[in-house]
Order: sequence, then structure tokens, then C-alpha cells
Amino acid sequence: MAYECNGATIEADEEGYILDISLWNTDLAGLIAEAENIEMGDDHWEVVNFLRNYYDEYQIAPAVRVLTKAVKRSLGPEKGNSKYLYELFPYGPAKQACKIAGLPKPTGCI
Amino acid sequence: MADYKVPCIDKPLDIPALARGSMAHSAPFPAAPEHQQALGFPGELVDDWHDKAIDKFAELLGKSRALQVYMDSCVKCGACTDKCQYFLGSGDPKNMPVARQDLMRKVYRRHFTWAGKIVPWLVDAEDLTEEVLDDWYSYFHQCSQCRRCSVFCPYGIDTAEISMAAREIMDHIGKGQKYCNEILGKVHKIGNNLGLPEKALANTLEDLEEDIEEETGLEVKLPLNVKGADILLVTPSADFFAEPHVDGLIGYAKVFHQAGVSWTISSYASEAANFAMFIGSYEQMKLVAARIRKAAEDLGVKRIIFGECGHAWRVAYAFLNTLAGPFDFLDPDYPVPQHICELTWDLIEKGALTLDKSANDHMTLTFHDSCNVARATRMGEEPGGQFEIPRAIIKACCNNFVDMDADTIRESTFCCGGGGGLLTDDLMETRINGASPRMQALKEVVDDHGVTHMAAICAICKSQFAKIMPIYGFEMDSIVSVHQLVSNAIILDGQTSGQTSEAE
Repeated sequence: MAYECNGATIEADEEGYILDISLWNTDLAGLIAEAENIEMGDDHWEVVNFLRNYYDEYQIAPAVRVLTKAVKRSLGPEKGNSKYLYELFPYGPAKQACKIAGLPKPTGCI
Repeated sequence: MADYKVPCIDKPLDIPALARGSMAHSAPFPAAPEHQQALGFPGELVDDWHDKAIDKFAELLGKSRALQVYMDSCVKCGACTDKCQYFLGSGDPKNMPVARQDLMRKVYRRHFTWAGKIVPWLVDAEDLTEEVLDDWYSYFHQCSQCRRCSVFCPYGIDTAEISMAAREIMDHIGKGQKYCNEILGKVHKIGNNLGLPEKALANTLEDLEEDIEEETGLEVKLPLNVKGADILLVTPSADFFAEPHVDGLIGYAKVFHQAGVSWTISSYASEAANFAMFIGSYEQMKLVAARIRKAAEDLGVKRIIFGECGHAWRVAYAFLNTLAGPFDFLDPDYPVPQHICELTWDLIEKGALTLDKSANDHMTLTFHDSCNVARATRMGEEPGGQFEIPRAIIKACCNNFVDMDADTIRESTFCCGGGGGLLTDDLMETRINGASPRMQALKEVVDDHGVTHMAAICAICKSQFAKIMPIYGFEMDSIVSVHQLVSNAIILDGQTSGQTSEAE
């Protein structure tokens, strides 16, 4: 599949993860989120930006626990739990948020 | 997620009405050429795929006496027909183990038996047509290789072996599955299924050390790449990443700490899983297993201990020595390899761990036997140790434990629905189907005995249930790691917070 974003065609895999992560931009993130039925609010962006920064440093998305702790630090203890993250990204913070952040899908026994 | 029909679990386990072809549409995403080629398989379906497939089939029959016997010996008695969770969940008769086997057996008859070559129509022999190949791809990816059917087969025919052989043949003609093959590529390149690089692994482990110190006031270490450590822990990479797996990892660390042993994780062999078994590739299995041997040698450890991972324990317990042995450089006083549950239970029996069961009083537990552990391995010295030891650990850590229906546990356990390379979103419908008998058995003990949580010792089981249980109306966090219960209950020497402070 592919996304049409600002006149450019961005290739994605069967599940909508973009193939070339360098082509990501915030407009594209909005498009991917729309396809996932997610309306991006400030908290969504907080998570997406954290994922991208973490990926820049470690070449992988963070563990759910690491993400939860980061959210707790930036958005407060009442939001720093996996329940809240699943409210933001119902199909799972790791997979769905990664897709919107333009990162590869985490694989394995997860 | 697309909407799937979720099997009803209100009624007791029953044989469903037949729904012919209801799952024929199910097929996993194909492996991309680069995933295939990284494992030495053709990138896409080769032109002479039919002849290549039959050649590979012949080669496998020559190598595996078992496969030959399984092809020849079925008498169509029907004992297996209602034993597969994918049949019970879907009603599709091609998910009956005998029918799944027959997809391969009919081609076997056509090419490898005298009658099938001359009078195929008389003996149910069939050519490997494109249609049959599509059936293989679909239905051999609706088998989790859990071996439940083989327990009930009077001849012991093992559908897992047949499904592995079918996948091996398909890989060799360029028809591989994305999930397994992409992941195997990551193991070769990075060292684990997740693709978790050393830097990220180190950061994750440090983060967990901080969490444990916050909880207990103690510096409990999760050492990485420590040369000269006594024990190499080989655990599924999901233990570094997912919930509730990571809580189990914290449990192992606390047990090692309290036992006062030196241990380490290796970034080179940061994966217990060996997906090569799922695709039936002996060559790939050897390559993945060799990483564990190399890490053990490089770090100079004396023992190898496996974390909570079902099929990894099968590969480790049953095949590790053949694949990567001999392990004569390890300490012969300990099992090679050892399961983390064996270590923990041994310490509990010796009275070396202080466990406060009341720390788990907010839960009533049941235990899901993981298929590969249950039917392909053992733990401890006694027969059935693989059933008794995990239960004994749970009971030592919890006051409330109830087993599920006897037909659904121990050697008769159902697969979680996501084993054997099926734990992928593109097979969600199959995963939902396969989980239904377990969900039914769980619902019974929830309704009748107030069970609140189910424990498991397999990364695939934990991830599958965390995803599937909400679909069946259970809470996502009602699946727990066995060593998570140990982690909750254990009181470490000198612990200043956690359970101790609550008790003060």
C-alpha cells in the first residue's frame, strides 16, 4: 500500500508501516493516524515524538515500560500507565504508535 | 482491526458444526524477497516450483523416518478430529489434524507410492497443483505445531512434523512466511527476534535496575556481557520489551540476586526463541543455536539457564546438544541446559527463598501449560516435572490456585492459539479461533472459582493472551508471568521497601 501526502507517494508495507522512515513528516503522521481512526491530540504527539527521539538514539522503539515511564515524567502520573496508552492507541502503543511515528513495526513474540 | 466472528465461550467445550472452507481465505503475508534470501531461500516462487517441491519432499522423506511413517500409517480412525483448537474454533474440517495431514499425504501418495502413481483416483492421491499449494500455505499456517492431536492419535502421528516439513518445502520454492523469516533474519543480524541492538538492551536493563532499586532499596543487577559469570541467561527478547514478560525478567533477577550467583545476559545471544523450528529448517535451527554456544564460550560461563519461553525450552531440552553440542565445557553438576523454573524450585525446596504469599492475595491464579513445554520437554528429575514444578512455584508464591478442566491442561493442554509462528496480526482470525478452547476453560474457573489471573511460562502465550483475552471479555493484564508472582512474593535480604515495609 501507499500514502498520498502533499503530492508525494509514500510506499508502505501490507499493514501501513512506511518503508523509508526518512520520508516521514507530521502531515504524513496525520494521514496514517486518520487511516487508523485516531484523532491526534497533544498527548498522542507527545508519545509519537518520544518514540522518534528514542528511535534516533537506539534504532528501535522503546519497551512499553520505558514508554510508560517517559509519559509519566512528561504528562504526569495519572497518564503514565499502559491503560492510558491503550486509550490513546487502542491497537497497542508499541505497534500503532510506531506506525504513526513512521517507525518499523516491532517484531517477535510480542 | 477488522471485525472477526469471535467463537462463543459460554457453553462447555463442544464439537462445532462443520463450516467447510470457512478458513480457506486465511493466509499469512508472504515473505519479501530480502527476507527469503537472507535465509538462503529463493526470493519468490521459482518457475519449476512443482518439481523442486517434489524433490525437496523426497529429500525430507529420506532424512526423516518419522515423516515417512506419518505419511504411511494413518488409518482414518478419527480420534484426532476434534482435538485441534483451530478446528474447535473455526469448524473448518480442513483444520481437523487428519485433514491437515492429508493435504500433504495425498501428494505423497501421488509421487511416492506405487498405487498413487498408477491409479491415483483409487487411493485419494493428488498432484501438487497451484490450488493444493495454496491450501498448504493457508492450512499449514493454521497449525501451531502444538502436538495436542498426536497425544490422541493411536499411531502417534505428529502433525507438527508434517506442518514443519510443508513449510520447509514451501520456503525452498520461494513461498515463505513473512513473520518467521523476517524475524530469523533479525536474529542473524542483531541477535534477537525484536531487533533490539546492544545499546538499547543495555539501556533497558539499566532502567529495570532503577525500578527494582526503587521498589526494594537494593541494587539488584541485570548484568550484560559479563565475562567470567557463572550463568548465561538465555531468555526470549520479549522479556526485555513486553508486558507481562518484563515482570518475569525482574523475577529471575531477584532470584539470582537472592541465590547469590553470578549471571549474565549476552547481547550476541539475546534470544531464547528459535523460530527455525517453526519453519522446519534444521540448518537455520543450527545457526540460531550456535549463537548460544558461542556466547557461552566467549563469556566463559559454567551454566546455561533458559527463561520462560515454550518452544525455546523444547529446542534447548530436546535438541540443543545435537544442534550445538557437545557442551563439555560447562559444569557437569548442573543440567545442560537448565530451566529457570528448575533453578527457582530447587532454591524454594532448599528453603533459600523467603516468600510472602500474601503479596499475591489480590489474585486467584490458574496455570496455562504451554504446549511445547508440556508435550516435548521435562523439568526436574521426575516424570511430569514440567507440569508439577511451575505449579509448585505458583503455590509457593500464592495462596489461591485453581486448575482448569483436566481435559485442557498438562499433556492435554490447548495451544494459546499463537504458537508455531502464528503470533502475527495477519493471522488474527486464526489466533482468535485457536484461543477459544482455552478461553472456554478459563471462563469456567473464573465463573465457578473466582479465578482472576492466568499464569504462563512462554513469551508467545503471554503476548497472545494479552492481545486475545480482551476480545473474549477478560482484562488484558489478567495474564501474568510465573516469575512475576515470584517477584511479588520474594523478600530479599536487606530489602527496605516493598512487601517488607507494608508488613512493618
